[in-house]
Amino acid sequence: MSDIPGDLKFLKSHEWARLEDNGTVTVGISDHAQSALGDLVYVELPSVGDTIEAGNGAAVVESVKAASDVYAPVSGTVIAVNESLSDKPETINQDAYGEGWMFVLKPSNTAELDELLTPDDYAEQLDTE
Amino acid sequence: MLKKTPLHAAHLAANAKMVDFGGWEMPLNYGSQLEEHHLVRRGAGMFDVSHMTVVDLHGERVRAFLSELLANDVAKLKVSGKALYSCMLTEQGGVIDDLIVYFQDEQFFRMVVNAATRDKDLDWLARHATRFGVTLTERRDLAMIAVQGPDARRLVAGLFGAETRARVEKLGKFVGAEAEGLFVARTGYTGEDGFEIMVPETRAIEFWNQLLAVGVKPAGLGARDTLRLEAGMNLYGQDMDETVSPFEAALAWTVALEPATRHFIGRDALVRQKSAGVPREMIGIVLDDKGVMRHGQKVLTPAGDGEVLSGTFSPTLGKSIALARVPVGAGEALQVDIRGKAVPVRRVKFPFVRDGKPQPGI
Repeated sequence: MSDIPGDLKFLKSHEWARLEDNGTVTVGISDHAQSALGDLVYVELPSVGDTIEAGNGAAVVESVKAASDVYAPVSGTVIAVNESLSDKPETINQDAYGEGWMFVLKPSNTAELDELLTPDDYAEQLDTE
Repeated sequence: MLKKTPLHAAHLAANAKMVDFGGWEMPLNYGSQLEEHHLVRRGAGMFDVSHMTVVDLHGERVRAFLSELLANDVAKLKVSGKALYSCMLTEQGGVIDDLIVYFQDEQFFRMVVNAATRDKDLDWLARHATRFGVTLTERRDLAMIAVQGPDARRLVAGLFGAETRARVEKLGKFVGAEAEGLFVARTGYTGEDGFEIMVPETRAIEFWNQLLAVGVKPAGLGARDTLRLEAGMNLYGQDMDETVSPFEAALAWTVALEPATRHFIGRDALVRQKSAGVPREMIGIVLDDKGVMRHGQKVLTPAGDGEVLSGTFSPTLGKSIALARVPVGAGEALQVDIRGKAVPVRRVKFPFVRDGKPQPGI
């Protein structure tokens, strides 16, 4: 397992969120999640402009093994999606916390970020799983 | 406590992701299932299949015993080493297991059955063996390695001395032979050429490492599943079980109803089903759009609902393929319910992929 970057926050269901300097929030799935899913073959992303509620399904990742919903860590409006994942879903397997980002939200309530798990809390959850 | 094969340490050394597979701790992949799949289609890969159950059958009447127990006819086995694929059926014609039996000599046949069905298979065999004076010996002392792919035979043969090598290179399809203390058979579960090799457990790691040294890379059970499904091969417990006859599992070709004088367990039920009309059939389907068909999803047809048995993403074709069981007369206009969406799919002949190539119309 690679180290978990310190500037990320997590959902128990293995999504990560990063508050960017410009106030937007980038979302992806954790390295643990990609490893558990195995080789990804399809990624279904939201559309730019979609309004998303925290905790609701926002995207789907599908591996050779299984399909899995990706939940929104915070509420907001989708302002960008990682189009390159359509052709190269394996990017998430290779770099879950970097090039494998999935979409960017303009958050409607940044206080929701405080309810997410810190990297340490998330790592602890993985240990007890 | 999970059971471990003699190659367990080799899997850990190769950074395998280990999973519980029917009570066995087995390698799912060694990093990437997709890469391992392509490796077998394009070069050679090896699988630890030591969890499978090898049973040696000895006795004067062993051929008569198998003639009674198997839906395929062991009378087809005339040359020592020749193998036969068959179902073993209940009296009702349901599939207890599918297996391979090798003819050694008139007092000795060797059988390979599935790991998950070991207990019930051995019980069933033992129940009938007494009548025929056949003794059963489970060969837990043998590990089994499947080396598969277009380069597999050449790489394996190269490990033997000149005389054995010549014999191994000449092995016909579905034939096995002793080779320097190993049992090498030209069989497999991937749709590629190759060998399945039984190795004394004490030599298993050494042989595995010899294969590694000549460039054969390990492949996990994940790749084994996508390879066998592309090859249109059934998986017991998923594509058929005791509630299904071979006719409903695209295995009619393995049932020998002729000669009519041969009685085997399940025969009467199969004959009845055949004359009454087989109600369901197993078909191949392809999804040309995005999405992956999975076991248990509903197949919607004008003749009633069917079910996806084995479904996956086909790495060779780059789209989803599946085996499904549908009512006879389901026709061509089929849909699969994928996560609440009815998605149109195409009915196709299978195998989907054979000897590395997508089949016409897939």
